[in-house]
Amino acid sequence: MSENHTEHVVDYKFNILVWMDLLIFTLITIEVAQFDLQDLTVVVALLVASVKTFLVGSYFMHLKFENRFLQAIVIGVAVIFVLVLILLFSDYLFFK
Amino acid sequence: MSTSTISHGHNEHFDSYGKKLGMWLFLFTEVLLFGGLFIVYATYRFLNHDAFHEGSAELNLVVGAINTVVLLTSSLTVALSITAIQKGNSKRAFNLIVVTILLALAFLVNKYFEWHAKYDHGLFPGMDHFKELSTGESQFFFLYFFMTGLHAIHVIVGGILLGVIAYYIKKGTVNKDRYIYLENGGLYWHLVDVIWIYLFPLFYLII
Repeated sequence: MSENHTEHVVDYKFNILVWMDLLIFTLITIEVAQFDLQDLTVVVALLVASVKTFLVGSYFMHLKFENRFLQAIVIGVAVIFVLVLILLFSDYLFFK
Repeated sequence: MSTSTISHGHNEHFDSYGKKLGMWLFLFTEVLLFGGLFIVYATYRFLNHDAFHEGSAELNLVVGAINTVVLLTSSLTVALSITAIQKGNSKRAFNLIVVTILLALAFLVNKYFEWHAKYDHGLFPGMDHFKELSTGESQFFFLYFFMTGLHAIHVIVGGILLGVIAYYIKKGTVNKDRYIYLENGGLYWHLVDVIWIYLFPLFYLII
């Protein structure tokens, strides 16, 4: 009955710390949105959301403790999505 | 991947790693589903910046923020449940999943009241007020109902899945040595959380 997939146990306390970080980032994103930073507002909001996603993915979804292959395909999907967005907006901004 | 095919418990062909990989591949199709909608959102927002600003101002920031906290907390309880089962504490794992399902219900109740208020204002696609909106605002509210609606369906499905998993924990099918179903249910739930992490600022906060 040995451990099959080399599981890493994330401690209760550590999970709670990650959750507190997530709440703090939520607060930050709400506070920042009160200021009118023009085009930067959306950039800051998406950056904070991406940091939160990184925390959820790394610790809650255990990606930090998975093997390289799984990490690589998840990162690959994220990169492809960002590339699609960049290509889309390079097009729009070019023809603006 | 060589570490993953070692037998596990009674069934020599039980492949936890394969199940997990399959779950991730499924999550990628979810990214495709929501990703397409986020691209539509980005395009319409780019073309109708001011209308999206006005539409966003009509949404209730407090309700959106409360739901964000509810979902983040439900993600925590799933993560804690996995820690509990890894440590062999099935009872605690079960209770934490029950808390998660209650949080999912709280999210949906909040969502119901929020949608209801918009519905009363005639902002649901096809209603009177909706038809009078400018192109940009109608795009905003169409996307708002479509994307948060699709997300709510995922919350319902995730809640049902976690209910089944809670039953398996109670029965002992999901236990300290074999908890991949709980992990996969957790992965789905965290994805639902991640989608909300982006939906919240894009609909409720963007100025």
